[in-house]
Amino acid sequence: MSQATAAIQTDTHAEHHEELNFLHKYILPVDHKVIAMQYIFTGLIMAIIGGYFAYAFRMQLAFPGELVPFYGLVGPGEYNMLVTNHGTIMIFWVAMPVLIAGFGNFLIPLMIGCDDMVFPRLNRLSYQIFLVSALVLIASFFVTGGGFGGAWTAYPPLSSVAEYSLTDWGASLWILAVALEFVSFLLGGINFVTTAMNARAPGMKMWDIPIAVWFIVIAVILFMASVGPLIAGSVMLFMDQRIGTSFFLPSGGGDPLLWQHLFWFFGHPEVYVVLLPTLGIVADIITVFSRKKLFGYKTVIYTAFATGGLSFVVWAHHQFIAGIDPRMANVFVVTTVLISIPLAEMMFSYIATLYGGSIELKTPMLWALSFIAAFLIGGVTGIYLGASAVDVYLHDSYFVLAHFHYTFFPITIIGMFAALTFWFPKMFGRMMNETLGKIHFWGTFIPFNCIFLPLFFLGLAGQHRRIYNYNHFPDLATQELQNIRIFATVSLVVMLCFQLVFVYNFFVSMFKGEKAPENPWNANTLEWSIPSPPPHGNFKTLPTVYRGPYEYSVPGREMDYWPQHVPPEES
Amino acid sequence: MIEYFIYSASSFAGDIDDLFFLITLIIGFWFFLTFGALVYFTIKFRKKDGVKAQYITGEKHSETKWTHYPHFAVIAMDVVIIAANILVWVNIKQTLPPRDNLVRVIGQQWSWSFIHAGPDGELDTADDIATVNDLHLKIGDTYHFELQSRDVLHNFAVPAFRLRQDAVPGRTISGWFKPTKIGTYDLQCAEMCGYGHGIMGAAVTVHSEESYNETMSQIQNGTYESHYQKRMGTKTGMPSYTSHFEDEGSFAVLLASIF
Repeated sequence: MSQATAAIQTDTHAEHHEELNFLHKYILPVDHKVIAMQYIFTGLIMAIIGGYFAYAFRMQLAFPGELVPFYGLVGPGEYNMLVTNHGTIMIFWVAMPVLIAGFGNFLIPLMIGCDDMVFPRLNRLSYQIFLVSALVLIASFFVTGGGFGGAWTAYPPLSSVAEYSLTDWGASLWILAVALEFVSFLLGGINFVTTAMNARAPGMKMWDIPIAVWFIVIAVILFMASVGPLIAGSVMLFMDQRIGTSFFLPSGGGDPLLWQHLFWFFGHPEVYVVLLPTLGIVADIITVFSRKKLFGYKTVIYTAFATGGLSFVVWAHHQFIAGIDPRMANVFVVTTVLISIPLAEMMFSYIATLYGGSIELKTPMLWALSFIAAFLIGGVTGIYLGASAVDVYLHDSYFVLAHFHYTFFPITIIGMFAALTFWFPKMFGRMMNETLGKIHFWGTFIPFNCIFLPLFFLGLAGQHRRIYNYNHFPDLATQELQNIRIFATVSLVVMLCFQLVFVYNFFVSMFKGEKAPENPWNANTLEWSIPSPPPHGNFKTLPTVYRGPYEYSVPGREMDYWPQHVPPEES
Repeated sequence: MIEYFIYSASSFAGDIDDLFFLITLIIGFWFFLTFGALVYFTIKFRKKDGVKAQYITGEKHSETKWTHYPHFAVIAMDVVIIAANILVWVNIKQTLPPRDNLVRVIGQQWSWSFIHAGPDGELDTADDIATVNDLHLKIGDTYHFELQSRDVLHNFAVPAFRLRQDAVPGRTISGWFKPTKIGTYDLQCAEMCGYGHGIMGAAVTVHSEESYNETMSQIQNGTYESHYQKRMGTKTGMPSYTSHFEDEGSFAVLLASIF
C-alpha cells in the first residue's frame, strides 16, 4: 500500500494544510485521494485472488482430476469453494471497491471542485471496515471445513445448515464478511451523495456535473435503497447458522424462498450499481478522445434514472423456475424486457457521440470502445434470459454464465482498466507507456472473447454451472465439448499472462514514466485544471464553473476544448 | 437453433427452440446494427490533420431522431418478444394438461428417487414402483410430476426435454412434460446443493410401450439392471480425480513439468 501511495506527493503550494507524518498520511488518511488509492489497491489485490481461483477451477474443468500447477488437486468441495468465492470476490471485493469506492472517492471531489469529501473521517472508517471485511473473507478460506461453497447466491437451507454445506464456520464468516462490506459501503455512500449534492464548486449546476459523477451518485443511491433487505436477510441467515433459528428452514416454519427474494431484491439493482460507474467513466473517455460533446447529455442521465428505477422491479427474473407462482413470472418478464429500452437508448447515444468526431485510439479509448462492444453482447443475450420460457432451458446453464461474464467482465475489468489508464497521469503524475498499454489491451480483449463466446454454445448444449467434472454426465462428456472447455481454459491462461504486462507497465510508469502535464488529454473537467498529482487539498483556490463538461470542438474557438473553469472572456 | 446442440425429446422443446430462434433474429438485427455503427464510426471518424470534430449537442429534434426512432422500434420488438414468451410460458408452466401418467421425483443430497405411479396411475398405492437415479417414461404419455426435496434446494433438469424446476424442501411442486423421442438422457441437478452437486445425475429413459412394460416387470421381479449405472460404467468411468499423473501427455502435466 505504502509503495503505491508514496507516489502521491504533498505539494508545497498547499500552505493551508500542515505536513502530515507517514502514519496519518498513508495508514490513517482522511484525504480522499489516499483513501481512493487504498480502495483501488485492496481491490486489485482481491482481483488477483479472484483471478487465481478462476484459473484453478478452469484448469480442473479442462483437465479433470489432474494436479493443477501452482494449486494442487481440485476436489468437488474445493471446486465449490473456488467458484463461490470467485464470484463473491469479483463482485463485492473488486467491482465495488475499485469502481464505486475507489474512483468515486478519487473523482467526486476533483470533478466537482472541492477540497475533500464532506465527511472525511467517515470515509476513513468506511475503508477500515471494508479492509476488515476482506480479511474476514480471506480468513474464511482457512477455517476447518474450508471456505463456503454454496454459490455466491448462498441459497438456504444449504447455506444455513452446517450438516448440509459441510462448511460450518466457512459459511458464517462468509456471510459476516458480506454484511461488513455492506456496512462499509453504506457509510461511503452517504458521503458520496452528500458531497456531490452540497460541495460543488460555485457555478456548477446539476446539468454541469460530469456523467461519471452523476452515475456514481445514482449507483450509490440504488445501492443504499436496495441493500437494506439483504442486510436483514444476512442477519437472519447468520442467526440460522449460529443460534439455530429457522427463518429459512421449512421444518421450523421458515421458507427458503424468502432469502431468494431478499437476496435478489438487492442482487439485481447491484448489477446496475456496478454498471453505472463504468458507463459514466466510458462516457467521459469517449467524449475526450473523440473531441465531441456527449450526444444528448440529459437524455443519458434520464435513461440512467429509468434503468435504476426499473432495476427495483425485475428481481424475480432470477427465480422464474424457483417455485414462485408461474403467473407472477409474466409481470417480471415485462419489466425485465422493458429495461432494454433505456439501456438501448443510452448505447445509441454513446455510439452517436462518435459520429462526426476526431477519434484518437489511445489506450483508454480502446478500453472504452471495447466496453461498448462487449457490453452489447452481454446486453442482447440478457433478452433470452428475461424471456421466462427460454429461461426454463437456459437457467443456471453456461449460457447464463457467459451472459453475465459479458456484462461483468466489461464492467469490472475493462471499466477498471479504462479508468486506470485514463486517470493514471492524474493519480501518479506520470504517463503510462502507450505501446505496452496497447499490447495489454489486445492481449486481454481477444482472449476474453475466446473464453466466453464458446461458453454460450456449451450452455446451449445443456451444460450446467457449478459442476466440477462433466464426466459424470454422459451427454456432456463428449470429446467435442471437452475441446471447447480446453480452448476456454487455455484462453484464460493466455489472458492472465498478459496481465503481467499491465503490472510491469503500471509500476514502472509510476516511478520512471514520463512526467505528466496538468492536462495530458486536453480534457474539460475540473480535475485536469490542477497539478498532477493533485496536492493535499486539491485546488489552490476553489474554481468557478462556467459551462458543462463536454464543450469540445465548439465552433468559433481555436482550441478544440473549453475547460469548465475558464471564464468566457478569456477565449 | 438449440436442437442443433441437443436432442428435442419433449412436446414443448420445439416451442422453446422456436422462441429462442425468434429472439435470435430480433436481437441479432439490433446487435449487428449497433455493432456495425460502432465499428463504422470508429474507422470513418479517425483523427485527420486539420479536420475538426463536429459540434453536435444531440438535443435538437433533427438529431435526437437518430436515437429516438430506433428506440421506438426497440419497444415494438420488445412487445413481440413479451407476447411470444407469454404464449409459450403459459403453455409449459402455467397450465397442466390432462395427465396420462404420474411420477413423484424426490431430490436429496445427492441422488434422485423416482416413484412411478404404476398401472393404476395413482401414487401412494401398492403398485407404485420406486427407483433410484433411474426414471422410466413411456413415449407419448403426458406426465405430471410431483417434485419434492428432502434437504436443500435441488433442480429437476432434463436438458433434452427443456425442462427445469427447482425442488424446494417443504413443498410439492407440480408440473408436466410429454416425452416424444425414445432414448436415454441426462438428468442433472441444476441448483447448487453442496459437496456432491457435481455428481448428482440420473438417467431418464424414454421407452416404447413394450419396452416400458418389460422394464417395469423387471424392476418388480428383481432382474433389472440400472440404466444409470450401465450408462455411467460404459461411457465415462467413475470419478477420475484419482488418475492424475497417469496421462503424461496432457497440458496440465506438461505445465507442471516445466515449472
